[in-house]
Amino acid sequence: MNEFLNAQQKARAGRRLSFDEALLLYEKAPILFLAEWARAAKKRHSKNEVYYNINRHINLSNTCTANCPLCAFSVEEGDKNGYILSLANVADIVRKAAREVPGITEIHIVSSLCPNVEFSYYIDVVKTVKSILPQVNIQAFTPVEIVHFAKISGLSIKKVLQLLIEAGLSALPGGGAEILDDAVRKIICPDKATSAEWIDVVRTAHLLKIPTNASILYGHIETIEQRLQHLFTLRDIQDETGGFNAFIPFPFYPHNTKLAQKYKIKPLTAWENLKFIAIARLILDNIAHLKSFWIMLSEEIAQLSLAFGADDLDGTVGEEKIIHAAGAKAGSLMTRTRLSEMITQAGYIPVERDSLYHSVDNFQNQKHL
Amino acid sequence: MNNALDMIEAKVLSGQRLTREDGIALYDSNDLARIGYLADTVRRRISGDYVYYDVNLHINLTNVCIGQCKFCAFGCKATSDRAYSLTKQSVLDRIAKAASDPDMKNLHIVSGLHPDWPYEYYLDIIKTIKHTFPDMHLKGFTGVEIMHFVKISGKSIREVLSELMEAGLETMPGGGAEILDDDLRKKLCPNKATSAEWLEVARTAHKLGMKTNASMLYGHIETVEQRIDHLLTLRNLQDETGGLQTFICFPFEPKNTQLESCIIRTSVWDDLKTMAISRLILDNVHNIKAYWVMLTLPIAMLALGFGANDIDGTVGGEKIMHAAGVSSQKSLTKNSLIAAIKEAGRIPAECDCNFNVVRTF
Repeated sequence: MNEFLNAQQKARAGRRLSFDEALLLYEKAPILFLAEWARAAKKRHSKNEVYYNINRHINLSNTCTANCPLCAFSVEEGDKNGYILSLANVADIVRKAAREVPGITEIHIVSSLCPNVEFSYYIDVVKTVKSILPQVNIQAFTPVEIVHFAKISGLSIKKVLQLLIEAGLSALPGGGAEILDDAVRKIICPDKATSAEWIDVVRTAHLLKIPTNASILYGHIETIEQRLQHLFTLRDIQDETGGFNAFIPFPFYPHNTKLAQKYKIKPLTAWENLKFIAIARLILDNIAHLKSFWIMLSEEIAQLSLAFGADDLDGTVGEEKIIHAAGAKAGSLMTRTRLSEMITQAGYIPVERDSLYHSVDNFQNQKHL
Repeated sequence: MNNALDMIEAKVLSGQRLTREDGIALYDSNDLARIGYLADTVRRRISGDYVYYDVNLHINLTNVCIGQCKFCAFGCKATSDRAYSLTKQSVLDRIAKAASDPDMKNLHIVSGLHPDWPYEYYLDIIKTIKHTFPDMHLKGFTGVEIMHFVKISGKSIREVLSELMEAGLETMPGGGAEILDDDLRKKLCPNKATSAEWLEVARTAHKLGMKTNASMLYGHIETVEQRIDHLLTLRNLQDETGGLQTFICFPFEPKNTQLESCIIRTSVWDDLKTMAISRLILDNVHNIKAYWVMLTLPIAMLALGFGANDIDGTVGGEKIMHAAGVSSQKSLTKNSLIAAIKEAGRIPAECDCNFNVVRTF
């Protein structure tokens, strides 16, 4: 009991939590106490501001060599539903975004590990985007994709990243981290980057001054201990590099996944999702932002997450395909006005940001178009 | 702002009653988690760790209604394509079918104000149901329906209620209260019971020994002040009679109503805040209901952390809210309610419509 009281006091005072303390709080503390402490932690990082950005998602391909059991998006080579965008397709999408999305500041590209495509294709994709929208940030390629590029090109991780940066890459998204525990990865994603490889990419990117996000995919076969340990692994990396901009929790959607056919997976509740956001905010005392991705959580729960420590609602995503393939129900378009309303109602100041968390002057931005 | 919340917290923790100004200050604050845990503290003190649910069937006898309230998607004229009226036999058949589940012991009967049905018809329905299913607990008729019966029968509120109770009615649901403010009612629901009438029905029922529920329909054209005044009106009634069992917040669902074009549904943020503030203001009402039909189960479960201790029931057959396009399921199994209550760290308590506990899990 003493330990529990001690853990509560530390959380309330904003002191760094140990693994055992975090576990104790996660299992025993009232959910709204966690929320209140997490909200105070949020305020230490971002005061009364809550961020959003105006972006466009592009998923280049769904044909994938990994075929992770956790995924509802990918298809195997030869599948009739398989697609890959040509450079001309990419150019069309970006031009359309430039026309239809005033003030867009980010193109977000995440894709499958596509067979039969050379690394140079990805360089060309980045160059294509950059040539059409030179002022936007290109946040692209999870560390899992970077490891794949290194394998298909025979280049080092560092060289792959350097070439992408030269082409115009600004930041890496946080995906593919899943749970950084190889015992879990063997079951949920056996054929993609290991924990060590994921961490190596992130570390290298940070050394090259390319910020990344970090994520977790939770609510499948992992234990609570593994879930929390993942956060501590991220905290350790951040202590070393300081290169994570934001942490993004991804609740697992079992629908259409092989994992759910093989294992009995209890769907996550809003209760669990909000509790996890709060504990993540408390554990990750060195990561500035916590993004609650409205596409996965629904608008309502994303707004509520602002009372549980989140400070970022992500963006006005267009045409997101990966999560919708797994049965997420939120629509795929959101307006700036709607995001601002959600934030204001929660008592915070809406701040439009770019991929690197610089606030954006809307007026300036719209003049470009 | 925090200052006001600190003062309110001190009052709540020492068990002092909150004022109108406190209620408004709570609405002004956006510290949702803090308001929530204050409400949770009060919930623990007033109602303990049980969360009540019942295994129940909703029966909406007819949707033909002379009310034509602007916020309603259910009621219609007799000539409408949607119009339906259940015969006595079809009511009995529905109950018989639902009663194949041995746990199903509660009926919730709420209906349109039918222009042609005589008062005796309702009396007869209750008598027949009670006669055919003597184990069934009967909750039926909002204060608005009772006033309608008074008007069509020429009897007094007391006579109508006494006769219905004698026929087998055990308790009344909380609907029809909307916002107890006649300026608002004139705009929204001019053809039905006034505030004073609604209150008089509840008061009379309580005097006759019958408990009732109370509700609030919010998120339409009312102000925060009107919400708080509504809660205070109910608190005064409860001080006087002690007959209110549970309080239900109904967020207004604009879809398919006359207000659809001008009002968007209030946010879940507002829903949880309203739940918590209701728990804090209504310090003399034992139960606060998170009605999952309107909130959806995931949000109703969250509401259990924001002051609620009643999650309604399995709700077979509900038509009124579903007419307004709510996205929740048509009914839930008992097990899914039990699982939600347990995940929220509380004790599921199955009860009848008068909150007598049948079993816990």
